[in-house]
Amino acid sequence: MKVTFPHMGHLHVPLRSFFAALGVETVVPPPIGRETLALGTRYAPEFACLPLKVNVGNFLQAARMGADTVVMAGGVGPCRFGYYAQVEREILRDLGVKLDMVVLEPPQGHWRELWLGLRAITGGADLKAIWRAGKLAWRKLTALDELERELHRVRAREATPGASTEAWRKIVDRLDRAEAVSEVEEVARQGKALLAAIPRREDDDVLRVGLVGEIYTLLEPAVNLEVERVLGEMGVEVERSIYLSDWVKTNLVFHSLHLRDDREEYRLAAPYLGHFVGGHGLESISFTIRYARAGLDGVIQLAPLTCMPEIVAESILPKVSRDVGIPVLTFMLDEHASEVGMRTRLEAFCDLLRERRRRKERFLVGARDAAADLRE
Amino acid sequence: MQAYLGLDVGSVSTNLVLLDERGEVISSLYLRTQGNPIRAVQEGLAQVEKEIPAGTSIAGVGTTGSGRQLAATMVGADTVKNEITAHAVAALNELPEVQTVLEIGGQDSKIIILRQGVVVDFAMNTVCAAGTGSFLDRQAARLGVPIEEFGALAERAENPVRIAGRCAVFAESDMIHKQQLGYPVEDIVAGLCEALVRNYLNNVAKGKDIAAPILFQGGVAANIGMRRAFEKALGFPVIVPPYHAVMGALGAALLAKRAVAGRRSTHFRGFDVSRWHFAVSSRSCGGCANQCEVVEIRGEGKLLARWGDRCGRWSNVSVEAAGR
Repeated sequence: MKVTFPHMGHLHVPLRSFFAALGVETVVPPPIGRETLALGTRYAPEFACLPLKVNVGNFLQAARMGADTVVMAGGVGPCRFGYYAQVEREILRDLGVKLDMVVLEPPQGHWRELWLGLRAITGGADLKAIWRAGKLAWRKLTALDELERELHRVRAREATPGASTEAWRKIVDRLDRAEAVSEVEEVARQGKALLAAIPRREDDDVLRVGLVGEIYTLLEPAVNLEVERVLGEMGVEVERSIYLSDWVKTNLVFHSLHLRDDREEYRLAAPYLGHFVGGHGLESISFTIRYARAGLDGVIQLAPLTCMPEIVAESILPKVSRDVGIPVLTFMLDEHASEVGMRTRLEAFCDLLRERRRRKERFLVGARDAAADLRE
Repeated sequence: MQAYLGLDVGSVSTNLVLLDERGEVISSLYLRTQGNPIRAVQEGLAQVEKEIPAGTSIAGVGTTGSGRQLAATMVGADTVKNEITAHAVAALNELPEVQTVLEIGGQDSKIIILRQGVVVDFAMNTVCAAGTGSFLDRQAARLGVPIEEFGALAERAENPVRIAGRCAVFAESDMIHKQQLGYPVEDIVAGLCEALVRNYLNNVAKGKDIAAPILFQGGVAANIGMRRAFEKALGFPVIVPPYHAVMGALGAALLAKRAVAGRRSTHFRGFDVSRWHFAVSSRSCGGCANQCEVVEIRGEGKLLARWGDRCGRWSNVSVEAAGR
């Protein structure tokens, strides 16, 4: 059996590690590129959102490389992603592509299905082996997420554009090759040092922007036109609302144990949105409020075109933006999105944020002087 | 005398504005890009050179528009700015208390919301170009009305016809249908203006806090029919500034003035550029799965810049700085 899976950011690193530790051969699809999109848009329904199209592209490319089994996530709730595994299975069958699909349903109420799915892929590995493989994969994922947070801080301040991205590539590659938890720890330490050693610019004129929106477009750089890198190289420190390890913890582990605590998200969003709308629609609202309170300069919302949960959020965000006083820019992405168009809007958004900050600082200086005058 | 040059290289038009030290317009040009931005920039430069008063030197150059990077590389710019900021700067210069800028150009449209002299929000059309200048041009040609008379014709309408404006293609078929039903051409033209304004307000301006004073910029602002349709839909007077068609270039010139303030040099290569031989080539980089299309531009045989790659492998080569 040769197992493949869809790309989503650096998800392939822990996944490959997980399967390798269980002795399962994997085929990682080539990085998402033009060919992936060309295949996906050709065989997926036009009105489906981008994740489905890219998934299909990933699977077809992996099949060419000899993969025979796809591991795909299922889902529950109002977002249509939960249905994509089924649609993809149909598309592959219609195309006559020989790929078996194993759907891993989220553990919320689907423990049995998840267990059966895992057993099917791993050829009946025992729980202990799965636990050990999971531990290594998990540490890789958390290390990647920790280092990526650091990457965002460094990139906004690097003296040579591209220096931190280069270091990041090395880090991902080394983590990918690590074979034991101790090795992961060592690579993580090296990675931190590598990022810390990158020469910084002298000025510290850095904007802080929060990224909210749909998980796939947030996590997959090839789909969001590398918005984090582009912003970073414009001197913007990015804070992302979703990291895969956090998501796994809250949604897969805590949720299934009935320990998930998202009361704060509901409480923050309550004046604008009183219930779950699927995906991360509610979090797009609550995180915009969090970011405004944390003093960030702006918020960017990312979503695939026609994404229902984020359309709900998009229509609410102008009011939130006015109320809490933080500018919000929305990008709805599909295969037609252009880097040039995005860059123009990002540049304009940064101009807006810088000017806003200058005004605020001038106002604060003015207020301080006025207060000093009063004291005299 | 010192002067500042602004270039706005767009998909449909290439505009140039020359400002004097006080920020007054010395000359302005509106040229069709016609798919050849290099030639348009060179033609524009040659014309400005002819019109420039004796004893005037260029102290700063700014570029904007979708071809801003190309233009900056060609002429040597002191500042390269996106068209949203450039339009906002020009609008504030025209009317410091402006709160809304409606801009409709050849192939894109945007809205800029300002408060107390600062941009607070903006949007550009994303999914559809219905309602932009190119579409109006096409419909005018189809109806046999010169584009310059399009607006005046719309003003004569008594009962504007309702036209489906969501999509350029469907708007066209709906117009043909209304023509076949025998509606007078002025009612159709006025109806088209209203449909386009509706489309703009529902798409580009969706969720935006439109407040007066409102400036209407871009080539389409010359169309009185569109202006009236905006006034009717918004319930506010809409002001069309005198240099509405070249506001982007005007903004770029103002930004150039700011960029060179306090220093004595400019990156401007001189008007000779209009006679240079420029060569542009592109190729697909095979370095990774992105297969970026890398563009290379040479002037007089010398490599000036490369761009289009995501990783910086090509664009970071040491070439003569284009200035930022």
